[in-house]
Amino acid sequence: MMTNYGNRMTQGQFSFLPDMDDEQISAQIKYALDNKWSVNIEYTDDPHPRNTYWEMYGMPLFDMTDPAGILMEINECRKTFPNCYIRVMASDATRGTESVKMSYIVNRPSVEPGYNLVREERTGRTQGYTILPYACDKPEGERS
Amino acid sequence: MAEKEIKGKERYKSGVISYKKMGYWQPDYKPGATDVIAMFRLTPANGVDPEEVAAGVAGESSTATWTVVWTDRLTACEMYRAKCYSCELVPNTGEGTETEAQYFIYIAYDMDLFEGGSIANVTASIIGNVFGMKALKALRLEDMHFPIAYMKTFDGPATGIIVERERMDKFGRPLLGATTKPKLGLSGRNYGRVVYEALKGGLDFVKDEENINSQPFMHWRDRFLYCMEAVNKASAATGEIKGHYLNVTAATVEEMIERAEFAKDLGSIIIMIDLVIGYSSIQSMAKWCRANDMILHLHRAGNSTYSRQKNHGMNFRVICMWMRMAGVDHIHAGTVVGKLEGDPAMIHGFYDVLRETKNEVNLENGIFLEQDWASMNKVMPVASGGIHAGQMHQLLHHLGEDVVLQFGGGTIGHPDGIQAGAIANRVALEVMIQARNEGKDYLAEGPEILQKAAKTCSPLKAALDTWKDITFNYESTDTADFVPTATGSN
Repeated sequence: MMTNYGNRMTQGQFSFLPDMDDEQISAQIKYALDNKWSVNIEYTDDPHPRNTYWEMYGMPLFDMTDPAGILMEINECRKTFPNCYIRVMASDATRGTESVKMSYIVNRPSVEPGYNLVREERTGRTQGYTILPYACDKPEGERS
Repeated sequence: MAEKEIKGKERYKSGVISYKKMGYWQPDYKPGATDVIAMFRLTPANGVDPEEVAAGVAGESSTATWTVVWTDRLTACEMYRAKCYSCELVPNTGEGTETEAQYFIYIAYDMDLFEGGSIANVTASIIGNVFGMKALKALRLEDMHFPIAYMKTFDGPATGIIVERERMDKFGRPLLGATTKPKLGLSGRNYGRVVYEALKGGLDFVKDEENINSQPFMHWRDRFLYCMEAVNKASAATGEIKGHYLNVTAATVEEMIERAEFAKDLGSIIIMIDLVIGYSSIQSMAKWCRANDMILHLHRAGNSTYSRQKNHGMNFRVICMWMRMAGVDHIHAGTVVGKLEGDPAMIHGFYDVLRETKNEVNLENGIFLEQDWASMNKVMPVASGGIHAGQMHQLLHHLGEDVVLQFGGGTIGHPDGIQAGAIANRVALEVMIQARNEGKDYLAEGPEILQKAAKTCSPLKAALDTWKDITFNYESTDTADFVPTATGSN
């Protein structure tokens, strides 16, 4: 079991807060839409901190302007991948940014076993560090 | 006052003529697209014509010396001459006020006066000899403008805000940091303990002190080794990317590069330097960082010796501009609410030049000259010094989202330990971002929002109880003076 605050992986904007209910998630979606950012939904069973490319749950929802519609997509994703990490992201296409502006987790596996820190002894006193999520001990597709 | 420029043969007769007559005072001049502009606050010596001193500043920061030289005539000297084109009394100074007369002067320099991509060369002219001229009592560089063509000769930040966030996978909230305390005396092993606890608790970064280099109590290699153990262990404990600004400041650039290489070999994502290493060293380190995928943190150690007093030295905002051009990714730029100098409007001005793609004239924030940053990367400002979780709503309001909030004492001084301090800061930050995004009036409701979150987070409750009355309300020495009834310190 993880021993940090909340005993869980803390990527994303709101991992230190209690899990958000549908109303709270809708408010965050509305904030993104009000800023003219596009929202997308992604999921993974590999919580490595450098796992950048989570699987896309469909295309970014460029043309969806109703938070309720996006929430429905999120709930579909949760139903399909109940034991995966699911995050909601918002992208700003404005010149000078053209990148992610929001990223928060809306679903987690029931068990978060944490990470193994593997140390490789090198020359002098230096160490090579490798972080391995215990969740990835099993092959892809058999992790939940 | 009505001295006119002399032209032709008379102009080059041996001897001494006034700077105005030499052509450095051109009230009708309209700056063009290739002009660098510098704007100064000038206090002339007693009884000296301000326009003549202003022309002197233009002259001595470009081609002039104290006497006429015939060799001017071998050059396109009218182009190389800087031109002072405006000299106006500063509001609230001079007769009938408590402050002696000061003048805002504007000087245009053709960009061919400067070597491309060299802050050292710009500064040797603009803040060189002129600050010691006997004809003036005091001089302060208030603002600058650079043409896009000249701006493009600089690489700018090695990483920039956008790429830093992408590399760290952290979006939509300020980043959180802390500076290891006590400043001096911890052994490498004890030092790494502070780093580990703060990062595991929830901070994104921990930082070396600006004066932590390689002292008898802790050799730099030991510091780097223990800090990277702490960073990696905290990363594994949280699943997040973490960093520690390893200060590579040393006596020589060669030594700094050696330390930076070691930081890279250990897998650090960020290194740190101090402003006191000098402009060329900063540019060297920025180039190294660009070539090695490293984020570059700059501590502004030393700046207040020349940026704080209103009548002499230079505005810190211009340092911010130069540092963006020089290529740093982070710079300490004030907190508004913390323990160090900073009028809110002036600090907004610092943040604007670091983070905007184009600055329009904004006299309230001290921006006298527009600046197009020509797609140069943005610098992440760092707010550090005397801030704590209870001020989160004010910090977010004043400083926005693209900032590192650095809680040193406000993390390490927590009654329940360093991890608890970090948790308090992270929870306070996330709950405030959540409230802002939900459309709440978080500035007004801030204290209630924090108290509510503290009900389910005992570390936050302890932090709020410990620091509830701590503020630093002193008058600022550096304010904008854009209208006769400007801010408090007049």
